[in-house]
Amino acid sequence: MNETLLGAYVFFLAIIVGFQVVSRVPSMLHTPLMSGTNAIHGVVLISGILVAGQATNTATRILGCVAVLLGSLNVFGGFVVTNRMLEMFHAAPDKRS
Amino acid sequence: MNWPVGIAYLLASLTFIAGLRMLSSPVSARNGNRVAAAGMAVALVATFFLPGMKTGNFWFIFVAMAVGAGLGSGSALRVKMTAMPQMVAIFNGMGGGAAALGSVLEYVHKTPQSSQVMAVGLSAAIGAVSFTGSLIAFAKLQEIIQGNAHKWRWAQVLSGVLGLAIVALIVVLMTGSTSGDTGTLVLVGLTALALILGIVLVTPIGGADMPVVIALMNSMTGVAVALAGFVLSNELLIVAGALVGASGTLLTVLMGRAMNRPLTNVLFGGFGAVSVAGGMELPVGATVRETSADDAATLMCYSQRVVIVPGYGLAVAQAQHQVRELADLLLERGVQVKFAIHPVAGRMPGHMNVLLAEADVPYDLVYEMEAINGEFPSTDIVLVVGANDITNPGARDDPHSEIYGMPILNVDYARQVIVLKRSMRPGFAGIDNPLYYDPKTAMLFGDARASLQKLVTSVKSVAKPRTSRRSDEGRNLQETHRS
Repeated sequence: MNETLLGAYVFFLAIIVGFQVVSRVPSMLHTPLMSGTNAIHGVVLISGILVAGQATNTATRILGCVAVLLGSLNVFGGFVVTNRMLEMFHAAPDKRS
Repeated sequence: MNWPVGIAYLLASLTFIAGLRMLSSPVSARNGNRVAAAGMAVALVATFFLPGMKTGNFWFIFVAMAVGAGLGSGSALRVKMTAMPQMVAIFNGMGGGAAALGSVLEYVHKTPQSSQVMAVGLSAAIGAVSFTGSLIAFAKLQEIIQGNAHKWRWAQVLSGVLGLAIVALIVVLMTGSTSGDTGTLVLVGLTALALILGIVLVTPIGGADMPVVIALMNSMTGVAVALAGFVLSNELLIVAGALVGASGTLLTVLMGRAMNRPLTNVLFGGFGAVSVAGGMELPVGATVRETSADDAATLMCYSQRVVIVPGYGLAVAQAQHQVRELADLLLERGVQVKFAIHPVAGRMPGHMNVLLAEADVPYDLVYEMEAINGEFPSTDIVLVVGANDITNPGARDDPHSEIYGMPILNVDYARQVIVLKRSMRPGFAGIDNPLYYDPKTAMLFGDARASLQKLVTSVKSVAKPRTSRRSDEGRNLQETHRS
């Protein structure tokens, strides 16, 4: 099968899964949801790593590293801040069990 | 792609889905985030083992990653919870920028097959719009630039022209008549136009609409990342981008619904740009009743059901801890206390919940709008702290109101309402609130934090009732809370 077509299958199925999964998230957690998904799309850092890693000239190497920098800001910042928020949520003491 | 790396990517895709799934409950959410982060780590490490990677370049990448990780985690650890929308906006912009840059570089690196060229163009364009758009949103929220809304007709026209030009350039790129250096030039050109489009699109939008803008930008970055996945034939990026795109879209729709405004209106409406003209039908000679902290405290102490409605003003005044202390004191006295959260309270979806969680308010005392709106008629006292438009009965009753149709918390159905407010200045949307002129509403003027502190002091001095005036329900809650 054509690779782009295969990608399209993956894309649309993932969108359906995304809608299903995200619509179960209570509005209480919408901010962590947003910052968490934010961290997840930081996976684009991979494209920066690939470009910089396969670079054969300095310009590409530098620009690739800029992409890596932006992407890692996104990934690390996103997961850390989400974790920080989620650690604050707790139930009334005896309901925790 | 070789086998082990492919499997690592598959694993990462699954952890992302599992992580989001675990966000459906506050109990499992924390681990969900960690699961997704672990998947991310696996995918990142695996990437270095792909063929074609030159080990000589690794040190540059490691340095860039270390700097990004340091800056990102550092600011993530320090940021105040009130500044969370800015933080999300700027991280989101970084992702958009990375997606755009990655796609452009990939095009230059090896001119992709024709079926991928459209993905290159779209990814670069959408990523670039998200990059500058998010940065403007950040600047507005951080108050680096003015947060006002503008009704700029020329901005709308310019957005349209830029959008069409970008589409045209993508078509040119796809026809294949341009390749090599000309193609690169076209691609860089359309990316530059997209960078401008992001600025033109977001600058006229007012601060009140930033929740929608952030959600939209989030979804756009997601789509840009998915498209970058098409460019690289990388299914992990496609899955991750699609998940985020779906999530952002869902939140954008929810926010729009909570504000009763379609997206086009948010983007092009210039909402709040003009102060409200007409439509306000306050009764002639309407007056505002003022109360004192002592009176308000006594009222609350001797009531059975109190609902607290926190708004962003509470967060601005850094009064979350005072409000929690007040709630604790009332709970100790056997008063049933609940918090009511409007979907757009705060500056982004769910923001108010985070702020209350930070102040140690247990999340099971916090109720969403749909869950609590039916309870207001049987509520003795509603305490509104730093919230305005989301309690405006005009949105429900007055077809002339600028926010007519926006769902609100029906606080005016309660027996009495106490509003903590700095002054009679209109709210974020610049609209007057008839609630304040309602005879059953009493205003307690002053800084939210100072007023709450006074209420706390007053509540402490109110003698505890000897006879059991408490409702059973209240007592249960109290015990729950104390044990």
